[in-house]
Amino acid sequence: MDNKTLEKKDRVVVRFAGDSGDGMQLTGSRFTDATAVVGNDLATLPDFPAEIRAPAGTPHGVSAFQIHFASRDILTPGDHPNVLVAMNPAALITQLTALEKGGTLIVNEDGFSAHNLKKAGYESNPLEDGSLDDYQLFAVPMTSMTVRATEDIDGITPRDAARCKNLFALGLVSWMYGRPTEPSTDWIEKKFADRESVRDANLAAFRAGYNFGETAELFAVHYEVEPAPAPPGTYRNVNGTQALAYGLIAASVQSGLPLFLASYPITPASELLHTLSRHRRFGVRTIQAEDEIAAANMALGAAFSGHLGVTATSGPGMDLKAETIGLAVAMELPLVVVDIQRAGPSTGMPTKTEAADLLMALYGRHGESPLPVVAPSTPADCFDAAIEAARIAVTHRTPVILLSDTFLANSSEPWRLPDVEALPEIDPRFATEPNDGDRFMPYLRDERLARPWAVPGTQGLRHRIGGLEKEDVTGNISYQPENHDHMTRLRAERIARVEVPDLAVDDPSGDASLLVLGWGSSYGAIEGAARRLRRERDMKLATGHVRHLNPLPGNLQAVLRSYERVLLPEMNLGQLSRILRSEYLIDVESYTKVDGLPIFTRDVMEQVEARLG
Amino acid sequence: MSERTNGHRSGNGHGPDADLGFGQPGEQAVSDGPVELPLTKADFSSDQETRWCPGCGDYAILASVQSFMPELGIPPEKIVFVTGIGCAGRFVYYMDTYGMHGIHGRAPALATGVATSRPDLSVWVVSGDGDALSIGGNHLIHALRRNVPLKVLLFNNQIYGLTKGQYSPTSEEGKVTKSTPFGSQDHPFNPVTLALGAEASFVARTVDTDKAHVAETLRAAAEHEGAALVEIYQNCNVFNDGAFDAVRAKGQKEQNQIKLVHGEPIRFGADGERGVARGSDGRLDLVDVAEVGEDAILVHDAERPEPSLAFELAHLAARPTGPTPIGVFRSVSRPVYGRDLAIELERSSSEAGTEQLRELLHSGETWTVS
Repeated sequence: MDNKTLEKKDRVVVRFAGDSGDGMQLTGSRFTDATAVVGNDLATLPDFPAEIRAPAGTPHGVSAFQIHFASRDILTPGDHPNVLVAMNPAALITQLTALEKGGTLIVNEDGFSAHNLKKAGYESNPLEDGSLDDYQLFAVPMTSMTVRATEDIDGITPRDAARCKNLFALGLVSWMYGRPTEPSTDWIEKKFADRESVRDANLAAFRAGYNFGETAELFAVHYEVEPAPAPPGTYRNVNGTQALAYGLIAASVQSGLPLFLASYPITPASELLHTLSRHRRFGVRTIQAEDEIAAANMALGAAFSGHLGVTATSGPGMDLKAETIGLAVAMELPLVVVDIQRAGPSTGMPTKTEAADLLMALYGRHGESPLPVVAPSTPADCFDAAIEAARIAVTHRTPVILLSDTFLANSSEPWRLPDVEALPEIDPRFATEPNDGDRFMPYLRDERLARPWAVPGTQGLRHRIGGLEKEDVTGNISYQPENHDHMTRLRAERIARVEVPDLAVDDPSGDASLLVLGWGSSYGAIEGAARRLRRERDMKLATGHVRHLNPLPGNLQAVLRSYERVLLPEMNLGQLSRILRSEYLIDVESYTKVDGLPIFTRDVMEQVEARLG
Repeated sequence: MSERTNGHRSGNGHGPDADLGFGQPGEQAVSDGPVELPLTKADFSSDQETRWCPGCGDYAILASVQSFMPELGIPPEKIVFVTGIGCAGRFVYYMDTYGMHGIHGRAPALATGVATSRPDLSVWVVSGDGDALSIGGNHLIHALRRNVPLKVLLFNNQIYGLTKGQYSPTSEEGKVTKSTPFGSQDHPFNPVTLALGAEASFVARTVDTDKAHVAETLRAAAEHEGAALVEIYQNCNVFNDGAFDAVRAKGQKEQNQIKLVHGEPIRFGADGERGVARGSDGRLDLVDVAEVGEDAILVHDAERPEPSLAFELAHLAARPTGPTPIGVFRSVSRPVYGRDLAIELERSSSEAGTEQLRELLHSGETWTVS
């Protein structure tokens, strides 16, 4: 090919943006797969409207997909895109502010009709009025070139052809970054195997885009991003939802407990229901319940019957499940409650991320009703976090809340596949024998203060449990003042005794004065910021990540006290910092962000620079 | 580490002999464990002291259920009672079976979790008119619609007893209670028509103190495959005494109980002198048999696929204050929720282990770094 310059890059952030009907999520995920195959490290962030089909061409109908890929280990989908692909004026007007100054802007010129410009709110055409002079603008007539490329295909109307323009964009960007074409063409052939003309149109569009990049004089440079050095192993790309589903299946295999998921459709947790409902092969039973409350109760009923009971939802569903979770606290039964947090309150912004359900997870039930809370840190970590939540639930006979978020659920990264032989074993230790002479005491506890789990069908262990306060040991209903006091403290104590690994601190210089602490999906931004500041600014800072929000790691207080200052970025108004302040009387400095977007590396860097700069 | 499987029979936590019996659906549990037959009422009576108000209709129902249970031939450890909140919620503590006392209104959902995950169990829900029809109405209709294998006993006393006397969704219009000092304006539910509207495959009604009829109705419900709703008129002698006297009190019930028996002409009265017939306008009427002739009396058909006759019969009495049908209104066969799936899952999960997990994780596009 090459009369063109090949330029090497360490890392690139590309954002595809268009109308929600333009297929931008598909374009992004195809580009992601091709990128994974090249061996780049990567992280992605889909960003789409809540409306399935918002009015076409309007700013609130814009759907975007961002991918960050690099020749070294990266941790976030990136802050400012280097490249923005905008399929119409609405995509441009909403996404341009994110593009780095001087960045590459590729627009579908055909999308910039007077009508579309007006819908997006432009008074004049930005492609012509000089307002984009700060960027490297490439206006490409993608729609008409796609139509021309497909005009010889039988059964494809120009209107059908125009729908393939996203594949043209994919082809073009694939060329720019030297992505192999096979993963995309193979995918198209498989996807449209039974619709020949559609298959051919998409292939033609993809190739037209790729070839346009190679031949057009517009693009003088294309780029190469070399493979990232990664630990040996087999990898696949995974998003947080898939990883969570696989983690739950793994927990089922590791415990010998059949998996039972009951859920009510809700964004963004429905995807977990969809994913798990395909795995009957593993004995997974899924129920789409009539409502959130029913879903929680069905999962609890299945848990009573000896299954790994799981219910998954997002914020509004958590509100509704609260009473049932309290029942599980009283019944002391294993239950995994997955909360994929989204921006609230109320319906809020269903497709945007936030991590503001922490206090609800910890305290959002009436009475004293403590339970363990675990939060994954990255999309792939959702796998391990799910196993951990199930392990705690099963071995300690308690509901556990797994706090993921919209960002983790939707974004993806390469995942080094674990050795399944090395996964932790989960022993449900079902009760099979009477435990008090020839009698069975349902609340007689073991060394962990966990009660026996005797499932229906077991001879000699018939018992009744419920939400009324129970006498310890016998489980009989009790209104005794001393017993309630005892049981309340005991329920707190048994959760406090859940074994939790110590907080690991990364402090390469060993004498940092500032600790940046995180939980949940802020992990990538905090670690990414720390690496850059250490590498580029020679700054000394320590980082730590809290995975268990209840109970907290045993060494946490000592760690916090060993640093002069502690910075805690959160996607809420300071919920964990409030807890740490009240628990340890430590002056944690809170950085908060609640704009529905993840915490970015840049955000953390600015906060650290303000303190150490 | 050895190859693990996900099968219950070989799962962790219990020895090879401790088969917990997550058996196949339809495989009735009698043969499944060393049951000491015959079982008696005592086998189903827990050691807990019953704590309903003296004279409560719940005592009679409890005695009937405990007496009936041995008839099922199912060992008590294979039976699960699930209740909600209200006086009826206490029922679970008095049955010596497995039991869950859930939260208000949610018993059908809890029980759905039990019944669908363990088709080998016999699952019974006990609820009240407030629990099942007010706060828990959604779960009741969906459990009936799905045809989850649950036997739902709805104790209808037309009042809130546990909270001391507010009107319920089955109380009559104009009901004066603590919360409605000027009379309730609510139109009540008829539990039978509600269940029919929810596509229930089995709907019946009985009366708390009518021991033989309770047993007969429970038997029919137990034999029915799928969801069964049994409304039990239950007297609350403290807050709503006498609400069902017309069909419950000696001297009145003989005239007013219209006992529905599948395949039999619908006749009632002390000597069967009255009956139900279709009038010239197409509606059901209460008639004197002598007047219309025996041939004109409607023959009950609980197995009609469409529920219109059952619906009409349920509407014969807007309130149980005069002649009122009891017995099985509807009993039809349709697929039991989750049964086929249970067989499939049982088969597949017993084969799914570490190796299948590895395959799953490695599915899709992978690449290797060496």
